[in-house]
Amino acid sequence: MTTQITPGPSRVHVRTTINGQAHEFLVPPYMSLLDTLREIVGLTGTKEGCLDGNCGACTVSLDGRIVDSCLVLGAEINGKSVETVEGMATANGLHPLQQAFLEEAALQCGICTPGFLVAAKGLLDNEPAPDEHRIRHWLAGNLCRCTGYDKIVRAVQKASAEMA
Amino acid sequence: MHPFAYEAPTTIDAAVALLDKHGDRARPIAGGTDVLVQARANRWDLDAIVDVKNIPELTEISHYPDGSVAIGAAVPCYQIYEDQKIRDNFPGIIDAVEMIGGIQIQSRAALGGNLCNSSPSADGICPLIAYNAVCHIAGPGGDDNHRDVAVEDFCTGPGSNVLARGEILVSVVLPNPGDNFGAAYERFIPRNEMDIAVAGAGVSVKLNAAGDKFEAARVALAAVAPVPLVVPAAEAALVGNSVSDDVIEAAAKAAGDAASPIADMRGTIDQRKHLSAVLTRRMINQAVARARG
Ligand SMILES: Cc1cc2nc3c(=O)[nH]c(=O)nc-3n(C[C@H](O)[C@H](O)[C@H](O)COP(=O)(O)OP(=O)(O)OC[C@H]3O[C@@H](n4cnc5c(N)ncnc54)[C@H](O)[C@@H]3O)c2cc1C
Ligand code: FES
Ligand code: FES
Repeated sequence: MTTQITPGPSRVHVRTTINGQAHEFLVPPYMSLLDTLREIVGLTGTKEGCLDGNCGACTVSLDGRIVDSCLVLGAEINGKSVETVEGMATANGLHPLQQAFLEEAALQCGICTPGFLVAAKGLLDNEPAPDEHRIRHWLAGNLCRCTGYDKIVRAVQKASAEMA
Repeated sequence: MHPFAYEAPTTIDAAVALLDKHGDRARPIAGGTDVLVQARANRWDLDAIVDVKNIPELTEISHYPDGSVAIGAAVPCYQIYEDQKIRDNFPGIIDAVEMIGGIQIQSRAALGGNLCNSSPSADGICPLIAYNAVCHIAGPGGDDNHRDVAVEDFCTGPGSNVLARGEILVSVVLPNPGDNFGAAYERFIPRNEMDIAVAGAGVSVKLNAAGDKFEAARVALAAVAPVPLVVPAAEAALVGNSVSDDVIEAAAKAAGDAASPIADMRGTIDQRKHLSAVLTRRMINQAVARARG
């Protein structure tokens, strides 16, 4: 898929894979990956919270490692692979984490949810059976102002059990 | 963010040439977890950001036959704590890289970036001092312009360091600590994670073969002075003496006395001086335990 935008002299040419699909676009060199995803690629699932690396609402996976996309430049993803919350559900339905978040009511306003989902997926992809302490430690870079975290942790535990 | 160009050189010389050309109007980016926050806050007025992550020397961890290790300036925290040899031989560095930020930050933040940001509260700098690490710096003028600076001499004030126009940090080199050596770093924060040190202490000790006498020691404190603070009086209180609670307490007291912190929203002067002593005592004990294996 190619996303069309107007070329300009100062823009950086980026070839990347997003949620398994090849993308090619031009991006202003000072644009964050967060804004690149939302404004250029058109994937608005990734959310903006603090814009300074503290809240994790903007979490995406970059070459398999979770990062805050507000602290990455869009220009930096040339040749790399990005996964966002939009890549989690498949034709067969929601990802087990998404299903567990619904069943455990692990969200209220939902602004933090895409970040938590991508971060939790980053954990379960590498460690299928983390204990509660590990889950809480892993998710320390994600803030939620609504749920009080317990429901989120329970949802991750439930998804982990279901994926086993 | 205000408009700046993005450059991604693949050699040290190309990066140095770009930084030399732009001077103050360009900054390197390693993990970006300081520089992009600062760019957004308009701390810099930049023409260009120079990404140093495509330069091999800055992105590698090299273990040498003599037991020393060079950690490229742009190597992120997770690559350091996933390196088994660093875990085995330099656990005091692991203490720091596992506590910087959360997982998202550790995916990007480099130990070299922590050092070059030169914050007095940086968690990575005191443990580097404890390991007697050396900065390998490249500058304009080709191979003749490489220089080495001890990490303890690198920072010159809050957010400033010895790097001159066009210079970049290539790597930090940690010498082989040898036998009967132990090092540790700990900080105090009011939360469990994701906070900036109110105070921190990085300590190393070298014991005699019997493990009951201090032969050498390093003590460095975070967040209690304009730069990471080396405390020679605390080191002197240990060296030549036997390992005992009294000796360790004297070194801890020297650290508390040497701390010259400011009061801010994170802590008062008294609290920081107290913390300096407590953390120093704990880290000496931890370093001794590690030295004894
Ligand atoms: C949410 C959050 C939590 C944090 N928690 C902690 C913490 O617990 N402890 C802590 O110590 N810090 C913390 N930090 C600060 C920051 O993450 C660290 O200082 C980190 O190590 C910086 O590394 P970086 O690679 O991201 O640096 P960058 O932002 O890429 O660079 C930092 C500075 O060094 C310069 N620079 C980078 N590479 C070079 C080079 N090779 N040569 C010369 N100059 C260079 C840059 O121009 C910039 O001025 C936190 C930051 C955030 C956003
Ligand atoms: S918006 Fe990126 S961490 Fe908060
Ligand atoms: S559900 Fe509202 S911030 Fe988490």
